[in-house]
Amino acid sequence: MSEKVLITKNLTKKFGDFVAVDNISFDLEKGEIFGFLGANGAGKTTAMKMLIGISKPTSGSATVAGFDIYKQTELVKSNIGYMSQKFSLYDDLTVIENIRFFAGIYGLSDKEIKEKSDILIEKLEMKSEINTLVASLPLGWKQKLSFSIAIVHNPKIVFLDEPTGGVDPASRRLFWDLIYEAAHNGTTVFVTTHYMDEAEYCNRVSIMVDGRIEALDSPFNLKKQFKVNSIDEVFHQLARKATRQAD
Amino acid sequence: MRAIKILLIKEFQQIFRNPAILRMILVMPAVQLIIMPFAANYEVKNINLAIVNHDNSQYSQQLVNKILSSGYFKLSINTQSYDVALNSVEKDKTDVIIEIPSNFEKDLIKESKTKIFVSANAVNPSKAGIGSAYVMGIIREFNSAILAQLVQQPKFNNIPRIEATPIFWYNKFLNYKMYMVPGILVSLITMVGSLLASINLVQEKEIGTMEQINVTPIKKWQFILGKLIPFWIMGIVMLTIGMTISYLIFGIFPQGSFGLIYLFAAFYLIGLLGIGLLISTIAETQLQANFIGFFVIMFFNMLSGLFTPLDGMPQWAKYLALANPVTYFIEVMRMVIMKGSGFFDVLPQFFALIVMAIVFNSLAILNYHKTN
Repeated sequence: MSEKVLITKNLTKKFGDFVAVDNISFDLEKGEIFGFLGANGAGKTTAMKMLIGISKPTSGSATVAGFDIYKQTELVKSNIGYMSQKFSLYDDLTVIENIRFFAGIYGLSDKEIKEKSDILIEKLEMKSEINTLVASLPLGWKQKLSFSIAIVHNPKIVFLDEPTGGVDPASRRLFWDLIYEAAHNGTTVFVTTHYMDEAEYCNRVSIMVDGRIEALDSPFNLKKQFKVNSIDEVFHQLARKATRQAD
Repeated sequence: MRAIKILLIKEFQQIFRNPAILRMILVMPAVQLIIMPFAANYEVKNINLAIVNHDNSQYSQQLVNKILSSGYFKLSINTQSYDVALNSVEKDKTDVIIEIPSNFEKDLIKESKTKIFVSANAVNPSKAGIGSAYVMGIIREFNSAILAQLVQQPKFNNIPRIEATPIFWYNKFLNYKMYMVPGILVSLITMVGSLLASINLVQEKEIGTMEQINVTPIKKWQFILGKLIPFWIMGIVMLTIGMTISYLIFGIFPQGSFGLIYLFAAFYLIGLLGIGLLISTIAETQLQANFIGFFVIMFFNMLSGLFTPLDGMPQWAKYLALANPVTYFIEVMRMVIMKGSGFFDVLPQFFALIVMAIVFNSLAILNYHKTN
C-alpha cells in the first residue's frame, strides 16, 4: 500500500455565513501530481491556505506530511514547500542570495546550503547568472528558480498556486519537466491551475465548484465518466452549475 | 538564533543595495541639520517699521534715531501721512507703525506729557507682540533720558532707578540653535524608526514575500526581530551621524555623557519601532503606511515641545504630549546636551520611555496576531 502524505476529512472554512470551503475530503499519495481545479472564487485558495498552515479551518481534520494542521503547524511548515503565483522571491537579492536565504530559513546547514545551491544552479543552467539580481531575470527563469527554491529542503509535498500564470507555452512545458522530476524523486505535487492542458498532465484531478469537490479522479476516468474528450469540457460542464460569482 | 542571523544577513544585503535608504540615512540628517536650525529660529529681527512723524523737532528726530539704531528695525517708509503707512501695512511691507503727533516736543516740555501712537500688524502675532514691545522699551529708555536731562535738581545727581542684569544659564549667548539642534536630531530618528520600518514591512506584504515567509518554519517573533534590529541599528547610526554634524557645524558638544544619550536612544527606538510595527499591521499598501506614518510624525512633532513650549499649550494638549515619546526624548536630549544632566535627573523620562516601549510593542504584537 502506498504512503499517504496528505489526508483531509470534511475540511470546512466559513467566513460568517459564507461557506468558502464545504466539507472537502481527499487523500494524496507519495509522488503524486494532483491538479486542484476550480473557477475563481470556488474556494481553491482558501482550501490551500488551510493546508499550508496559514489559515485555521472552521471544522474537519487534515494531516499534511503526517502532521496535524491544528496542532503541529510548525512541523507541517517544515515539511512542505510553497510557491505562489507571484513567484515570491526577493527582487533586490541575487539568485544565489535568494537560494541561501530560503535554504537557511528552512534550517539547512551551511554545508548543505553549499551543496544544494551548487546542484540547483547546475540543473537550472544558471551558473553565469548567480550574481544577477532576480529583478532582471526573465519571467520563465524566475519561475523555475522559485520552484527549485520551494523544494530546496526536500519537502514531502509542494503546493503550487497557479505557478504558470503569465508564462509562455514553451516555458510552461519546461516548468512541467521540473514538476515531473520532483514527483519522480518522491515529492508530492499539489498544483492549482487555470490551464486545462496542464490538468491533463496530472495523475489525478479534482474540480471544485462553490466550495465543494464535484469530481475527483484521473483525467482519463473523468473524461470517460463525463463522456467527453478533454478535461476542459469536464470543467465547463461542472462550472456551469456554479451559483457563486467569481471574485 | 540561526534563523535570526539569516534574516539579518538578508536584510542588510537589501539595505546596502538600496541607494534610497543609504541616502536617507546619510544625506537626510545632514541636510536637515544644516538647514532646519536656521529656519526654526524664533529671534525676531528686521522688523519693518514705518514712521509717521508730524513733528520734525529735535526730540522726535532723536527718538527715531534711537529706535532705528537699536538693530531690530528696518525703516520701510518715512512719511507724514498715517494712511500711507497703513497702506504699506496692507501691502505687507510694514510690521509696526509709529506715529509721532505734531506737538510732540512742545507738549513734552511744556505739558510734561505727550502721546505716541504705536500700531502693529498682528497677522504674525509674535512679530507684532515682540516688535511693539521693543518699541515701548526704547521709548521708555528715551523717556528716562529726557527726564534726567530736564529735571536737574542739585540734590539728586541721579534719578533712582533699578537696573536688572540677567545671566543666561546653559546657553550664555541665547543661541537658538543650541536649543533646536537636539530637538531636530530626535525628529530625524523618529522618521527612521516609525516610517522607514513600517514601509519596509508593508512592502513585504505587497510583493507577497510575507506570505512566502509565513509558510516557512520561521516564527513570527523571529521575522519581526529580523526586521526591527536593522532599523534599530540604522537609528543609532543616524544619531551618531547627526551628533557629528551638529558638532562640526554648530560646535554643539554634549555637556553630559554620550552613554546616557545612547541609552535613551536605545529604548526610544524600541518604542518607535513598536509604532512602526503597529502602522504596518494597519496599512495594506506602502502608500497607506506612508500616510499614516506621516500623520503620526506630524502629530508627534507638533505635540512634543520641539517648536513650541509645552507650557503654552492648553491642559488637554499637555496630556496628549505626555503620551508622546518624542516629548521625553527631546527633553532628555536638551537636558543632557545643554545642561549636562545625569541619569538621576532624567529618571522620570526614562521610566516614561520604557512604559511606552512596552505599550506600543504590546499593541503592535496584539494587532499583528489579529491580522495574520
